[in-house]
Amino acid sequence: MVDTIMMPQTHIAAIAVEKAYRKGEHKVPVLLGVDIEVRRGEFVSIIGQSGSGKSTLLHLLGLLDGPDVGEVKLYGERIDDLPQHSRDELRNRVFGFIFQFYHLLPELTVMENVLTPLMIRHSAWSYWKSRKAFQEQARELLDRVGLGHRLGHKPTELSGGEMQRAAIARALMGNPEVLLADEPTGNLDSETGAEIMDLLRNLNGRNDLTIIMVTHDESIAQQAHRTVRLAEGRLEAWVEAA
Amino acid sequence: MYKFLLCTRYLRTRYIALASIISVMLGVATMIVVNSVMAGFSHEMRSRIHEILADMVLEAMSMDGNQDPDWQMEKIREVAGQYIEDMSPTVEVYGLLTFRYGGQYIPRPVTLIGIEPASKNRVGDLAIHLENYKPTKDDNGNIVRPAEYALDHDPGWDLPATFMESRRLRAMERQAMRNHDEDDDGAQADGHGEQADDALLEKLGQTATDDKGKEEALGALMKARLYVGAQLISFPFPDKNEKKTRTVWMCQPGDDVMISTVSAGKSPEPRSFHATIVDVFKSGMSEYDSNLVFMNLDELQRIRGMIDPPDDPERGVRSITSIQIKLKDFKDAKIVADRLQAAFPPGFYTVRTWEQKQGPLLAAVDVESTILNVLLFMIIAVAGFGILAIFFMIVVEKTRDIGILKSLGASSQGVMSIFVSYGLSLGMVGSGVGVVVGLLFVRYINEIERALTYITGRKVFDETIYYFPSIPTRVDAFTVLWVASGAILIAIMASILPARRAALLHPVQALRHE
Repeated sequence: MVDTIMMPQTHIAAIAVEKAYRKGEHKVPVLLGVDIEVRRGEFVSIIGQSGSGKSTLLHLLGLLDGPDVGEVKLYGERIDDLPQHSRDELRNRVFGFIFQFYHLLPELTVMENVLTPLMIRHSAWSYWKSRKAFQEQARELLDRVGLGHRLGHKPTELSGGEMQRAAIARALMGNPEVLLADEPTGNLDSETGAEIMDLLRNLNGRNDLTIIMVTHDESIAQQAHRTVRLAEGRLEAWVEAA
Repeated sequence: MYKFLLCTRYLRTRYIALASIISVMLGVATMIVVNSVMAGFSHEMRSRIHEILADMVLEAMSMDGNQDPDWQMEKIREVAGQYIEDMSPTVEVYGLLTFRYGGQYIPRPVTLIGIEPASKNRVGDLAIHLENYKPTKDDNGNIVRPAEYALDHDPGWDLPATFMESRRLRAMERQAMRNHDEDDDGAQADGHGEQADDALLEKLGQTATDDKGKEEALGALMKARLYVGAQLISFPFPDKNEKKTRTVWMCQPGDDVMISTVSAGKSPEPRSFHATIVDVFKSGMSEYDSNLVFMNLDELQRIRGMIDPPDDPERGVRSITSIQIKLKDFKDAKIVADRLQAAFPPGFYTVRTWEQKQGPLLAAVDVESTILNVLLFMIIAVAGFGILAIFFMIVVEKTRDIGILKSLGASSQGVMSIFVSYGLSLGMVGSGVGVVVGLLFVRYINEIERALTYITGRKVFDETIYYFPSIPTRVDAFTVLWVASGAILIAIMASILPARRAALLHPVQALRHE
């Protein structure tokens, strides 16, 4: 822990965050005081069993949820208590999400799915004005993830690996600084999973993208710079990747 | 931007939304059609009432009337001459019309109106409602007999020649029968046949009038002449063999009928007299056609004793109960009414416009249309609840997508506006199509009616009942606008609740939603 505090350029950090969910009458504690700091350009994987709270931690970091106790900081600034619209904007500009089940919008084509972050960011008019440039950008991104030939397809017409590539392209479209990946390979066979991991490592290396990835698979987790284990609501061990 | 994209995508991919579009459309179309038809009917009715009633009436407070129509008209011209186009003096009184049909004497309560047909025709439309001015047509609409008079012919109290001829023939027949009966030892007929009719009419007639100059010349007309409302002397008869409703006439021009009424004066006395029908009055307003009998004014005044002194019809001062006034512009009615009110002593005269005279009827139509509108608007409200239910369903179905959008940085208002604009577009499409369908329906309502009649084999819109040759319609742009915007408003309101629910979804829970 001392190591991380000494590290320069802390990008995003969670400090003593606690989170509990209500299930009927009972309060189910999920996180019991977790500290994590991630440097800029670092690729961190959070490993843990189902129900260990790793997804919840990711959601807290990505401002999809607020902690009961504790703080989330971006460049040392507290961000979890910002007003709703600022948090919406941060999600749009700073964070990119990748989910286990891809979570593409089924009504939209691959191209449109990838463009959604920009549609959300810009007003209808300013989006319309620069839509050509945006579309060009999206095409480039999709080319990079190897989906250049699938632009007009609906998500249901794609394979799992292709959907995840599309989801990655969507996450990158907003030019985020932090990529939050929730079991990105969890639903894919090992070969496709390996391809996705290659893509993520590639992005991390080339774009100086901070990546925080949640997984329950040790072999996947080990591909990151460092691995953090979450068990029973606490961070248990630090494993530096080779 | 994503709002519009998703909104249009949902619109195109959720066919269940079509159900709510259709219900909105049907509601809007129904409202437009019903409103147009009702407006058409009431407009037609109003114009017919207006045609018959004249713009304004100066009425005497008592049934006895006020004396000296010339002086009254002079006075009216004096105070409001520049607004007045024409005037006609009338006497209105209640009476009983009795005629014989199918071996029975049929009495009908009537409003007896003494008129001068020429001036009456100038203050309102009279001639166009008289049967002698219309050609007789057979069932297929072919003219079998041309109109007796052209429309520019002033209506009068003469019987057209064709009717005159048959009247004379009947009188001759009757006379021959009577002579024959007398030969047969004066045996009374068995209660059938024309002579019994005459006998009874004569008996009735003995009560008061001095109308004994009857049949001096063979087939000569009575002094009292009538235009009788068509429904008083006819009835629709559904012919089961031909599946047609035909009108059966119980009397015809040239027939004599009995009129009973009361005399003017402090103690009214019954008066009965014979009168000859010279024409049939058919305006299409059932209230008039089943109630009004027009009569020659001077004879009515004489019979009711409205001439002073009574034994000098030539120079005596006559009384009338009302003066019908036609204005140059009906917009001036208020001014004229005020001036007349001031000029004539209030205890003896009242001034009313035709709208005031028919106030309860017109008010009833208004109330009817208001209630109908409220009820029909509930149809659209039902459509609104349909939208509400369908939207809740779509929100549940789209919960995960909402979570995705939020994770991508969409705000709650943004998510809400997806569904509100979805509701707005449903409302707009629904009411837009509804307006088009409604207007087309109104435009082709008579063709549709014919098609329905052809398919069902039953007449949907029976002219013999309604008197309109086709279904009258009147589209009011304001009503259409009002209905359409009301429907859109309801669609928006119905979508706000589900949209709020969508907006308030917690992103994490939404993402977990399976």
